[in-house]
Amino acid sequence: MAEQVLTDFIRALRSADVRVSTGEAIDAANAVKLMGYADRTRLSDTLRCVLAKSPAEKATHDRLFDLYFSRKAPETPSPEMEDSSEDSNEGGGDMLDLIESGDETQIAMALEQAGEEAGLADIRFSTQVPYFAQQMMKAMGVERLEGQMMEAFREKTAEGDDRAQDLIDGRAEMFQRARDHAQQAFETFGAGATEQFRDEFLSDKRITQLDRRDLDRMRGLVEKMAKRLAVKHSRRRRKKNRGQLDVRKTLRANAGYDGVPFDLAWKQKKRDRPKIIAICDVSGSVAQVVRFFLMLLYSLHDTVPDLKAFAFSGRLEEVGDILEAEDFTAAMDRIINQIGMRSTDYGQSLSDLKVDHWQAIDRRATVIILGDGRSNYGDPRVDLLSEMTARAKRTLWLSPEPESLWGSGDSELLRYQAYCDKMVHVMTIKDLERVVDEVLASYN
Amino acid sequence: MSASDNTTGYEPITSIDAITDGLGSVGYISTREISTAVFLAHNLRKPILIEGPAGVGKTDLAASMARWLDAPLTRLQCYEGLDEGKALYEWKYGKQLLYTQLLKEKLGEVMDGASTLETSFDKLTSFEDLFFSESFLEPRPLLTAMKQSTGSVLLIDEIDKSDEEFEAFLLEVLSDYQVTVPEIGTIRADVPPLVVLTSNNIRELGDALKRRCLHLHIDFPDAAREREIVRARVPNVTDDLLKQLVAFVQGLREMDIRKRPSISETVDWARTLILMHANQLDEAMVRSTLNVLLKHESDIASVDREILPLARKAVAETDKSRLATGYPAAE
Repeated sequence: MAEQVLTDFIRALRSADVRVSTGEAIDAANAVKLMGYADRTRLSDTLRCVLAKSPAEKATHDRLFDLYFSRKAPETPSPEMEDSSEDSNEGGGDMLDLIESGDETQIAMALEQAGEEAGLADIRFSTQVPYFAQQMMKAMGVERLEGQMMEAFREKTAEGDDRAQDLIDGRAEMFQRARDHAQQAFETFGAGATEQFRDEFLSDKRITQLDRRDLDRMRGLVEKMAKRLAVKHSRRRRKKNRGQLDVRKTLRANAGYDGVPFDLAWKQKKRDRPKIIAICDVSGSVAQVVRFFLMLLYSLHDTVPDLKAFAFSGRLEEVGDILEAEDFTAAMDRIINQIGMRSTDYGQSLSDLKVDHWQAIDRRATVIILGDGRSNYGDPRVDLLSEMTARAKRTLWLSPEPESLWGSGDSELLRYQAYCDKMVHVMTIKDLERVVDEVLASYN
Repeated sequence: MSASDNTTGYEPITSIDAITDGLGSVGYISTREISTAVFLAHNLRKPILIEGPAGVGKTDLAASMARWLDAPLTRLQCYEGLDEGKALYEWKYGKQLLYTQLLKEKLGEVMDGASTLETSFDKLTSFEDLFFSESFLEPRPLLTAMKQSTGSVLLIDEIDKSDEEFEAFLLEVLSDYQVTVPEIGTIRADVPPLVVLTSNNIRELGDALKRRCLHLHIDFPDAAREREIVRARVPNVTDDLLKQLVAFVQGLREMDIRKRPSISETVDWARTLILMHANQLDEAMVRSTLNVLLKHESDIASVDREILPLARKAVAETDKSRLATGYPAAE
């Protein structure tokens, strides 16, 4: 029984995005054996030390611990109590007796047991709460109560009616309690899963179709994404390639040993720091995609310290300072309103880049252009893009339009494509993550 | 598993309070959370990973544990590029070289009578192990800790500064308390050391490492605990001044500054104020000693305007408590 309590709690943690390995579960069991269940604060201290391995996980743990063990409290204060709960099964299983006795502890235990029978730990969505409450009522023997209720009605006497009314009230109250119980179980076991599900859903949704109310959640998502990328790519800058002897270094290091090479030095390859130059079309429909693209890049601040962002529609301007100084959402709104209102001119913007910021583009830099390439039939200045590609490490073009529309109407994408290392269609934030991942990987 | 067999070599600690008292006796003011973690680490024989901002006493906890348990402390400071050679063991190249030179003359005698190349090679081979034995082994911190027969406290400091490769290498040490030297074999600790790892979160640590450790997060202390700590370190500070200076530092930490003052800086400040014969905080005094607390020019500039209100609030703190205890206010 005690084991079950712990296993269920670990399950609740896992559903809330706290990773608990089997080894840690065994550690937790050992630790609890050592500490005992008797003292609640001590139990909480123990579990948060063994199971939660970051401040965020500790916060989740505290929340769930309160939820979970407040529910379990009447049942598991000590092993002796557990035995008595087994004994009272026959009595506790019947709703009629419960309502009549009104014993809080008995009711709580019966609810707990009914929850287990109904498989409450499997609850995943808030819409399942009434269903599980219904199942719990059944497990507690609501049928017998209803039978009695009907009988009382059939008597057609004043007392019979009163008794039936009492039973109806009792049943309603019981249902409410079962509902509360199921709701709490949902918050313990299911809420995390629902969040995960919504996150999954949003990261696969087209960026252009996102609602404004999703923005906050997306922000959290993008930050998670950035963290994932940062962990993956913040390896060390130097890489030893064993196998290639560095003769000069070896000789120098071993001068003290009379030139006998005891300490060998190997040639080292230095890795470049990632440098990203983002050039973003902030007009019309592209703006929304730019918002998330820049959000992702700026969340990667520690991994990509060398980041320059430019925004353009008619003319091009550097926007890095605004984005760093102000709150991101406000800064983005300002950029879109100020720069994005002119008619799009890719040729002019490229030439602005050449005049003012050409020295920023060097062989360490990856240039990422985000735009639909619709330049209102102006000169696209393909020559400038070609020159840029020659200067930069790589040039990528991200297009929010699908490949079938490239080159249609005033789109110059097909002409630009020849001078880019890669041109891809980005639709969801997952696509953006993939692109940035690839760019960072190219610096390994 | 290993937790059940009680061959840890230490006498088990029976209660969490015993730890709080024990650490207190060597001058470390513990909290319930810290003591619980130490209790678990000691009795389950698992490493503790301590995270938290700089200067909250992470390293000091390990040192205090060693002092209290009267066990030797082995410290391994991590940095980028740290490798097995510096952490585990190294062959004493110089000594090996010297011995080779010394034995050169002996070589003729040894080789005497070997007529073919093959026999001389065989004779030489029988000496080879001599050079790769423990007497030519230079133990580095990890090996030292493993070889302590009475048990020890092994502090692996700032693990987040080491490379991922090193972190992976540590896994064997942390889960099995053994190290492998290819030429000699596996060396297993008779008495597993109590391992403490600290991290400032410069880089996210790997899951594999976190899985093997208990996790303790130490944050800046609350006012009451900080007062206790300063009191333990600077015994001659007056009650009023102690209350005021801690309140001031606590207020400072809530501000938006680059580097928040750590506990050791509070202690330093307390010592400074005593040197200046201060009994009360006042604005001028705070202003002239602020560089003890804040180490960035920009931080000092940005709190400049807040000094007066913060100091006033801190002084009000003691007046309030004096009123509450019925102690007459100073005229």
